[in-house]
Amino acid sequence: MREVAVVGVGMTQFGMSEKTQIEMFSEAAMDAITESNIEPRDIQALFLGNGLGDFEEGQMNMAPMCAADIGIPNVPATRFEGACASATVAMRNAYLWVASGFYDIVLAGGTEKAMAMGTPMATRTFAMGSDSRYEGFAGITFPGAFGMAAHLYSKKYGIPLQKLKEQMAMVAVKNHKNGVLNPKAQFRKEITVEKVLSGIVIADPLQLLDCCPFSDGASALVFASVDKAKELTKKPIYIAGVGQGSAGPLYTQKDFTRIKARETAVKQSYMQAGVGPKDIDVCELHDCFTIAEILATEGLGFFEFGKGSQAVEEGKTSLNGEIPINPSGGLKAKGHPIGATGAAQAYEIVKQLREECGERQVKGAKIGMIDTLGGDLATVCNMIFRR
Amino acid sequence: MEYKLTYNKYKEALMSDKFCGLKCNKCGGYTVPPKKVCMECASEDMDIVELSARGEIKTYTVIRVPPEGFDAPYIVSMVELDEGPWVMGNIVDLDPDKATMDLIGKRVSIGHKVVKGDKFSAGDGVALAFKLEG
Repeated sequence: MREVAVVGVGMTQFGMSEKTQIEMFSEAAMDAITESNIEPRDIQALFLGNGLGDFEEGQMNMAPMCAADIGIPNVPATRFEGACASATVAMRNAYLWVASGFYDIVLAGGTEKAMAMGTPMATRTFAMGSDSRYEGFAGITFPGAFGMAAHLYSKKYGIPLQKLKEQMAMVAVKNHKNGVLNPKAQFRKEITVEKVLSGIVIADPLQLLDCCPFSDGASALVFASVDKAKELTKKPIYIAGVGQGSAGPLYTQKDFTRIKARETAVKQSYMQAGVGPKDIDVCELHDCFTIAEILATEGLGFFEFGKGSQAVEEGKTSLNGEIPINPSGGLKAKGHPIGATGAAQAYEIVKQLREECGERQVKGAKIGMIDTLGGDLATVCNMIFRR
Repeated sequence: MEYKLTYNKYKEALMSDKFCGLKCNKCGGYTVPPKKVCMECASEDMDIVELSARGEIKTYTVIRVPPEGFDAPYIVSMVELDEGPWVMGNIVDLDPDKATMDLIGKRVSIGHKVVKGDKFSAGDGVALAFKLEG
């Protein structure tokens, strides 16, 4: 395996878009290509994350159309689907193909237009990430799965639900505060704990502002072998480690305060990178719901199991805390166009390691991590980057 | 080897009030809902058995923003069967607005309800229906 680096990144504004999924992806892709000092014809393959394009625009097999839109209609172009982790799964594969020596320069990323569906249809299609035969007919939703996780967490660790809800609200407050500093974020306004706790209930105990929004957006990155990378850019950002893990339907996972797919994935990432949680300077992780961020900070090893909610309260995950989590605003404030989310996390970490993040810059960040979760905790993929 | 307890067989059994799963002849573990191999030891050597249809609530939520085709509010819960596996279903005999953390640890008996399908569901389905005991 040879070293691989990111040589260019691109990302659209997140939120509601008038553009198609292909148009959004092309904008992000051409920004990444231009920043890489290459031409589209230098790209040897496209690895595209997309979750629900079939339902959003009636568009299957989108990857070849994305490739054609940027002038490379004949390269192998493939869609990767791992629900909300689609783009990270695509990027891990892009990395592996370059690391193996098969390709030298590839494009990876994702696109999504979830807002086109409206809430009832979006809730229905997102719930397709559950076991459709043995869970779907109970009417489970994504917020419902994480609502159940919050109740499990409260019971398991003896944290009164009201106390846990306040700590969860602090996750949303923090991520909105970071989002104010990100010009591409869907939400750029601060909120308060009181505001979170007075929102409508989506799935007990999760209220509106415990939940990330439905979003449109795209993001893309160019991956190159180390030799090419050094020719193309003065600021290559290296991929130090990657990991991916799975778990079956939610019912097979039993106590899902511990996310086995994540624990499997992150062991691989840390081992390959030769680092541990204490070495990570900045992390973009999967805060689809406030409780999800708490579970992820524990699963990645930043805090002990059962201590993640307290760590938020103590400010340890703030921009100037001991491990800044989601400086971009996270899925919560930046937005969550599911097929693009992992690539947008990588966009942020690459920018952080290049020290291009302005007011939300984590000073001196040298090692950064992304962590993306898909389905009912069924897919987790993470990547560690270094400068 | 042929798939022993398919979804259709499992569903038909439930509709005649039999809650079935698989018991492993190798390790004695239960696999519910069914899979091709034992969830504990991956053996294919399992028999279809009728379950006690009793268990304990491990967690729950009240769905207030439902998917298209469902009417909220309703309670979704995970129950640990007396045989060991966890299953998902609906607590059907409690007003959703009265659902609290006190539910966790309560005993339930398990039946079923037929759920109308939509154009993505390959027909109608069944959900497990949990009723609080005592």
